Amino acid sequence: MKILKIFITLFLIMNFFELKSDEINDVLKSKILKNIRCLICQGQSVYDSESEFASSIKLIVDRKIGEGLKEKQIYQFLREKYGDWVIFDPQVNKNTYVLWLLPLLLFLFGGAIMYKKIQKNNEK
Amino acid sequence: MKNKFSLFIIVIFLSFCFVIFYKGLDTPNNYTPKVNEKKNIPTFKAKDFNSDSYINSDKIFEENIFYIVNIWASWCVPCRTEHPLLMQLSKNQSIKLIGLNYRDNFNNAKNFIDDFGNPYSRILIDKDGTLGVEFGAYGVPETFLIDKSKFIIKKFVGPINQEIVKEIELIIK
Repeated sequence: MKILKIFITLFLIMNFFELKSDEINDVLKSKILKNIRCLICQGQSVYDSESEFASSIKLIVDRKIGEGLKEKQIYQFLREKYGDWVIFDPQVNKNTYVLWLLPLLLFLFGGAIMYKKIQKNNEK
Repeated sequence: MKNKFSLFIIVIFLSFCFVIFYKGLDTPNNYTPKVNEKKNIPTFKAKDFNSDSYINSDKIFEENIFYIVNIWASWCVPCRTEHPLLMQLSKNQSIKLIGLNYRDNFNNAKNFIDDFGNPYSRILIDKDGTLGVEFGAYGVPETFLIDKSKFIIKKFVGPINQEIVKEIELIIK
């Protein structure tokens, strides 16, 4: 009886972990699919699209996750096939430096102007 | 002096914005595939259309010749337009055509080949479209030219035409 209890407990624990890992993979899959652009239906993510291209990409992403590839590796795979355009989040590279740095520069520039103004008002 | 400096900064900023937006006008806002990018052939295992057995990609492209991979389907109307040109290309001894039957019904595909002729030395089945993704295709028909060193050297999106056939013949000469 005791052995049976241990066996059932172990079985339940194993199933729980299996369920947990499936859940994690599903969350990762959704996250990745929401960040991939459907090339057939512009402006839509693969996650939202029902096109044939999107369904093939969904299968590929599922397969790659199953093979143990990380999120970044899957993006890299798709970039190699379709270029940077396929991913919604632009990667930081020489073509996107301005895109990434400009808001920060504008923020600093604006901040400096405001700081100067406040300092001037305080002096008055 | 201070006002002049502010004006200068504003002019620089506006010019910068103008250049960015002007350049943006030239950039297409839809997907434009790179057709001349040199890429490796993907490694894959696919089901053969005729024998129903699985075959590895290295076995498919083992000869020291040029290859054409053509993605087609019986339901694809432009595929019918390009088919006579593929038949013409298949007569060339220095090239082999590999067909990738994309998301198709086997019987329909077989009827298509029976009716219009078979230009392919081998046909692979891509039932779920994932093989097409491995090649970087996003629609049908698409054609890839593979050189002797086993690199994809050109990609033709949409049906091929007489000009493309001439271009291919010139490359493989």
